[in-house]
Amino acid sequence: MSNAPVDKGRRRFLTVATSVVGAAGAVGVAVPFIASWNPSEKAKNAGAPVEVNIGKMEPGQLIRNEWRGQPVWIVRRTPEMLASLEGLADQLRDPNSEEPQQPEYASNLYRSRKDEFFIAVGICTHLGCSPQYLETDFGEQVEGIEAGFFCPCHGSKFDIAGRVFSGVPAPYNLVVPPHYYVNDNVVLIGEDGEQA
Amino acid sequence: MSKLIAWFDERIPLSKTWNIHLAQYPAPKNFNFWYLFGVLAMLVLVNQILTGIWLTMNYVPSAEGAFASVEYIMRDIDYGWLLRYMHSTGASAFFVVVYLHMFRGMMYGSYQKPRELLWVFGMLIFLVLMAEAFMGYLLPWGQMSYWGAQVIISLFGAIPIIGDDLTLWIRGDYVISGATLNRFFALHVIALPLVLVILVFLHIIALHEVGSNNPEGIDIKKKKGTIPESEKPKFTFHERFTKKYDVVDAVPFFPYYVVKDLIGIGIFLFLFCYVIFFAPAMGGLFLEPPNFEAANPLKTPEHIAPVWYFTPFYAILRAVPDKLLGVILMFGAIVFLFLLPWIDRGRVRSIRYRCTFHKINLTLFVISFIVLGYLGLKPATEVYTFFARVFTFLYFAFFIFLWFYSKNENTKPVPERITK
Repeated sequence: MSNAPVDKGRRRFLTVATSVVGAAGAVGVAVPFIASWNPSEKAKNAGAPVEVNIGKMEPGQLIRNEWRGQPVWIVRRTPEMLASLEGLADQLRDPNSEEPQQPEYASNLYRSRKDEFFIAVGICTHLGCSPQYLETDFGEQVEGIEAGFFCPCHGSKFDIAGRVFSGVPAPYNLVVPPHYYVNDNVVLIGEDGEQA
Repeated sequence: MSKLIAWFDERIPLSKTWNIHLAQYPAPKNFNFWYLFGVLAMLVLVNQILTGIWLTMNYVPSAEGAFASVEYIMRDIDYGWLLRYMHSTGASAFFVVVYLHMFRGMMYGSYQKPRELLWVFGMLIFLVLMAEAFMGYLLPWGQMSYWGAQVIISLFGAIPIIGDDLTLWIRGDYVISGATLNRFFALHVIALPLVLVILVFLHIIALHEVGSNNPEGIDIKKKKGTIPESEKPKFTFHERFTKKYDVVDAVPFFPYYVVKDLIGIGIFLFLFCYVIFFAPAMGGLFLEPPNFEAANPLKTPEHIAPVWYFTPFYAILRAVPDKLLGVILMFGAIVFLFLLPWIDRGRVRSIRYRCTFHKINLTLFVISFIVLGYLGLKPATEVYTFFARVFTFLYFAFFIFLWFYSKNENTKPVPERITK
């Protein structure tokens, strides 16, 4: 054994260097463990766009489709329904769709690409329940309005453009997914398309 | 026999551990009914681990197989129904005894100095237990499993900026799917139980370091040399406890409290078995009716309510109109409990010697907790929401009031000794 005095500076440097390298290694090892929780390639593929034929929809009808495992609604709105959307602004939380709950092209009064068709993810923005479509009975929830969406879980209310009423738990309007019309009868849900 | 024990004692601290923690551990001699719930929690933990291991032998952790495998356990496995009901009833029993155990701590000031860390370990156990129960409830893959998890996971979506990515990461899919089920299974059967057992170990080590509190809140450890030999208990306590202090008014944990606890365990098992055999669903409280239907991502049940032990916190969440604030308040309700040792600035532990206002305050806290628990089960109508807000306020008011009046509280004189 050497009797030379201990070089404290060198010992300290070695201790710190070892700790830093060890910590970096620990962070590196954590990466695969954390990353393995991300959606798998299979899950991502299952999230591919969905094609829906809307040519045969009746006015007032709602059809449900599945995209990324979520219910996506398509409602063919009647002119009366569209008319009911005007003049609600002071009862709504976000009447002008300022929150990023829809693509650019749906950031209008009807929250849609075509006025007639309302396309939205049918999941309440409060805690993820699926609201009910009340085609004619919405008046029980909000006086004077015939049609809208009502979430039975915690009582959130949305108008027929998916805009949330104020004073309910849901914080945002319903999400409008990216979509575009391939032709007059077919809509593709999950992609913005070239028109965007 | 003694030779065998001696052989072990030379190699591992066998007798020493037995003596320090049981045969020569001084426990205050005035423990009452409320001191049963710690040991009952341990009993239920053992029940959960044992029945849980047996359930994994036939459970299939996949979105396709989970619901059917639970039905298979219930119908086709010999005594499978019993193992499952022991496990599901055990989950609720766990929360019953833990809530009563926590209330005991609040009533007798068992969180006060020097038992702050003991209380914090206990709260960590409570937190892990909630995570464990939540993940376990997804596993049967029924409607309420699925939609309950949907609601709880989307709570994390309220966190600004990272919220959406975080929920995606937790689920491992765009919705709750088999990926979520499998990871919850892994956490439920191995990760969290390990953490739970380690925390229980630390809880007990911390308890035996500072010693048990008692209904009078009076220390049984007195300054060395202040107690005449004639007043000391006639028992032998380990020198670890008697070296620094004169221990008074105590009995060894074994056999005295072991025997007492056995009586309590007997009564508890009567009630536990009654529920298992005659009311395993407890009228929809322990097992909710929609959960007898397989999970369906496209159909939300009419009314989503978590299992009863989460409902007080769920009611607080719903009482707030703002989503993020609701989540913050809900977690705040637990954070405040964590901080109780520092919020209570009083020096007198037991409710028996504290001011009248404290008694009223604690009573109101218990009432709000129970009422919130009831409201959390009900749909959010206007009237219920109004009451939820009132009792959410009262829940938090407990801590705020306590902080103020505990500083200069008008307490009754506390006796020197438990027996005098």
